[in-house]
Amino acid sequence: MNLLYGEVEDDLRAGVRKLLASRCDPAAVLARAETDEPYDLGVWRTLGTELGVVGLLVPEDLGGAGAGPRETAVVLEELGRAVAPVPFLGSAVLATSALLACEDEAVATLADGTCTGTLGVPLTTPPAAPFPAGVHARRGALSGRVGSVVDLEVADLVVVPAHDGDGPALYVVELPGTGVTVEPVIPLDLTRRIADLVLDGAAGRRVAGGELAVAALRAALTAGAGLLASEQLGVAQWCLDTTVEYTKTRYQFGRPIGSFQAVKHRLADVWATVSTARAVARAAADALATGADDTALVVAVAGAYASDAAVLAAEECIQLHGGIGMTWEHPAHLYLARAKTSQLALGTPDRHRTALADLVDLPPA
Amino acid sequence: MDACRGQEPLENSDKPPCGGGGTGLWLCGAMIDADEVRRRTRDLLRACPPADTDRLEFLRARFDAGLAWVHYPVGLGGLDAPRALQAVVDAELDAAGAPSNRPRLNIIGLGMAGPTITNVGTPEQQQRFLRPLWTGEEIWCQLFSEPGAGSDLAALATRAVRDGDDWVVDGQKVWTSLAHEAQWALLVARTDPDVPKHAGLTYFVLDMHAPGVEVRPLRQLTGEAEFNEVFLTGARIPDANRLGAIGDGWRVSMTTLMNERVAIGGAATPREFGMIGIVARTWRDRPELRTPGLHGELLRLWVEVEAARLTSERARQQLAVGAPGPEGSAGKLSFARLNQAVSGLDVQLLAEDGLRYDDWTMRRPVETDPAGRSPGYRYLRAKGNSIEGGTSEILRGVIAERVLGLPPEPRTDTVVAWRDLPR
Repeated sequence: MNLLYGEVEDDLRAGVRKLLASRCDPAAVLARAETDEPYDLGVWRTLGTELGVVGLLVPEDLGGAGAGPRETAVVLEELGRAVAPVPFLGSAVLATSALLACEDEAVATLADGTCTGTLGVPLTTPPAAPFPAGVHARRGALSGRVGSVVDLEVADLVVVPAHDGDGPALYVVELPGTGVTVEPVIPLDLTRRIADLVLDGAAGRRVAGGELAVAALRAALTAGAGLLASEQLGVAQWCLDTTVEYTKTRYQFGRPIGSFQAVKHRLADVWATVSTARAVARAAADALATGADDTALVVAVAGAYASDAAVLAAEECIQLHGGIGMTWEHPAHLYLARAKTSQLALGTPDRHRTALADLVDLPPA
Repeated sequence: MDACRGQEPLENSDKPPCGGGGTGLWLCGAMIDADEVRRRTRDLLRACPPADTDRLEFLRARFDAGLAWVHYPVGLGGLDAPRALQAVVDAELDAAGAPSNRPRLNIIGLGMAGPTITNVGTPEQQQRFLRPLWTGEEIWCQLFSEPGAGSDLAALATRAVRDGDDWVVDGQKVWTSLAHEAQWALLVARTDPDVPKHAGLTYFVLDMHAPGVEVRPLRQLTGEAEFNEVFLTGARIPDANRLGAIGDGWRVSMTTLMNERVAIGGAATPREFGMIGIVARTWRDRPELRTPGLHGELLRLWVEVEAARLTSERARQQLAVGAPGPEGSAGKLSFARLNQAVSGLDVQLLAEDGLRYDDWTMRRPVETDPAGRSPGYRYLRAKGNSIEGGTSEILRGVIAERVLGLPPEPRTDTVVAWRDLPR
């Protein structure tokens, strides 16, 4: 198991960080959050066409960059660090992983960024969830409702799990389309939107059925949960770095507040937690990349640990910033909301631990 | 190991302890490769077949061949070779059934005294001490902590006063493992009370069998005595056994402690290694003990222990590619916290059996194997994990200042003469 970063990954990180620093700084993200264009589709296009990082999971013969989960994880770290409002999780991770598992060629349009997709499940769905039963398909027409779908409002296609005459199946539904309604909700996380998907006889193209559909959905959710740990790591790292800098420059009682032991010890604990989150996130990315036998286990550990780590770092960030941390003006709240909502995303820590109980044979009482 | 003293250095270092490690390693590294080391090991095995050679004689010959610790200087048991080549030697010797120097019986000697003597010792001291240290003929202990100097090691009060060619030492040391078995001790004592505390210390090698050295077992809350108290009353040390310059004791101590950390940096461990494995087995074997609340707690700790294991593994990988990061220092913090939590859960899970203890007899183990003791023992012993080798509070301060670069606390104790410090 390789838990380190390679040279390619370092280069990728530098490229993405440079782009985000110039086009997506926290003040810009905050300003955009309340506009009619909460997603920064300009940055999204640059990530796809200029940096080519949107198709890292996709093999070259399918129009992708032919990299993999390890590289994708590093991009996610940087996107988390910037709470960048781009549909990477929905499109480049969830929809891409699902279509890859179905060996469907539509993945090529996601890989080069010409098309944006998402996965039609509630964002809270854990990898071990039973196949969803909310959508039914009849002769290619889908009906039903799916709540809290991530990145749906900018999606051109959505991969929808549905039941048809043959049992579980995955369909691709194009947006906008007849019988497809997207109902945006007011999200707790302003930088990652969710919307409800209402299907009423919408046309769908069947891309997988039966065991393949079940396996493809699980693969997408597993990849999502495992890679989300890296995004959470990026969120946590920003919170730690920003708080450390603040406590070095904020003076009270004639000293920088960072010189007080009460502050130091809290930050030392955050640092230790972030260091640990890095190890579990790398382990998950590596397991996904190598297809290790214990991938489900390593992903569950990462999901359980990194979620809480990000929440701890974000909550400590607010507390140690004092009053300024409670203002709208300071971007800390964007990170708090991202950390808290991503704690629920793709399996809460508790659901990951429940999955682990089964995987490592520690049965309930 | 000295259980209760401050530990300031933290940076992982894979540098060999020899002073000229940089260029020497580079120059010699080009000549000494795995093949060369293997050839020399086979030469040794031919000259001293383990089956027909006395154990100590073999170990001495191995030392003289530079195969004791290959990253040490030539002539001091090494070849000035990269540390990684030691594995080649060890594999060859293991395969040939060669005797071991039983490193676990002389941890302080190998982990701390060896590097310190190599770094700051005179050639005479190096020739006198290193070979019997490495072969295990002479056991070492470390006299650092005192009743009044735990986390604040530099405040120590044991006095060494010059008397002709000797130093006369008076004071009390504590938390000394192996003192009752040791021939030699690493000793830090105050030689000048009129300067600030860090400046008035000097480092010595003390003969533990000298008159005026009294060792008493220090019984712990577990019932046993892993450590000792050492009382020094007019004990004499020849000036020839001073390590480093007069007043340079703090710097030399830091060398010792830095090497302790490198020595401790361990091997990869498997999943469910240690206490969590014990609890997990109980959980699997005894369904009647399970409750929903304990299930939640067990899973939470299982995840944290696995995450900590991956963190150590990542630190190990960083070290292996020559890019040590500070992450290793998170390891001790989480190890201490998790050991305490898991051992507490273990006792709780066992219900009636958790009420029982195996043995309160005062014993003096050289090595302890918590897995072989009762859960109550493990619970009690784990309390020391956040105290020994640097308390968790000191460690957090060190991380905050050295890793995160936070400003130091305002201090007055470093600028006034030691004599004037409140105590």
